[in-house]
Amino acid sequence: MEGGGFSPRQATAKAVALQQLYSFVVSSQTLITSAPLDLHAIAAGLDVVGIGAVVTFLGLVRDNNQGRRVRHLEYEAYEPLALRGLDRIAQEAGERWPSVRMAIHHRIGRMEIGEASVAIAAASPHRADAFAASRYAIERIKQIVPIWKHEFFEGGDVWIEGATADPDDEAAREKAMKVACA
Amino acid sequence: MRVTIRLFARLRDIAGAGEMTRETPAGATVGAVWAALVADYPELSPYERSISCAINADYSRFTAAVSDGDEIAFLPPVSGG
Repeated sequence: MEGGGFSPRQATAKAVALQQLYSFVVSSQTLITSAPLDLHAIAAGLDVVGIGAVVTFLGLVRDNNQGRRVRHLEYEAYEPLALRGLDRIAQEAGERWPSVRMAIHHRIGRMEIGEASVAIAAASPHRADAFAASRYAIERIKQIVPIWKHEFFEGGDVWIEGATADPDDEAAREKAMKVACA
Repeated sequence: MRVTIRLFARLRDIAGAGEMTRETPAGATVGAVWAALVADYPELSPYERSISCAINADYSRFTAAVSDGDEIAFLPPVSGG
């Protein structure tokens, strides 16, 4: 083919370039970081062409917990497995809501009252899927991602212990799905 | 053979270290590595029913066999979000 159109080689090169760009975009959708979370940047990082809704969720450090006056929190993670956990959650959400594109960022280290510890953005052509996927993601984070809160309150400190992490626990997954679809 | 043990949150506080190396017999399971750890730090014992484990940053089971050079992580109940 002369003139118009791509040669097979050019087409292949373009496909490879797109694939590289795409994998970069996808791999940047989950993050464990000690830096403050920027929800706008996270949402803006999603490909929202043709999208009708973006639902964002921010989890903040509360000033009280179970009757204790909280001073600050310190989050610890088993980072490589925590990142895998976030990837897994994005993948699970993608299987249930194929139109949804997600970003999930979790912060670790010391955080003061009111600071964001977790940010989730879910983009979809339709709002129902975006709401459900974002709710599913936060429920699953609390079930399977190896991150721990060390709470410093007036009078002491305590490690918060929630769920025994087991990604293969289908009952837990179904529970998260039920909450998300309520 | 030699394995690296990783401990987090309250488990790390109890043991006084987040990372340690241990000699372990060939063919040992994750459960055997945990049992040896509890022998050294009896305060870990109540966690037996609630912890998860990972081999080389991948969730695993206590019945799984460990290999020389593996990183074995013990994870108390999680509280992210």
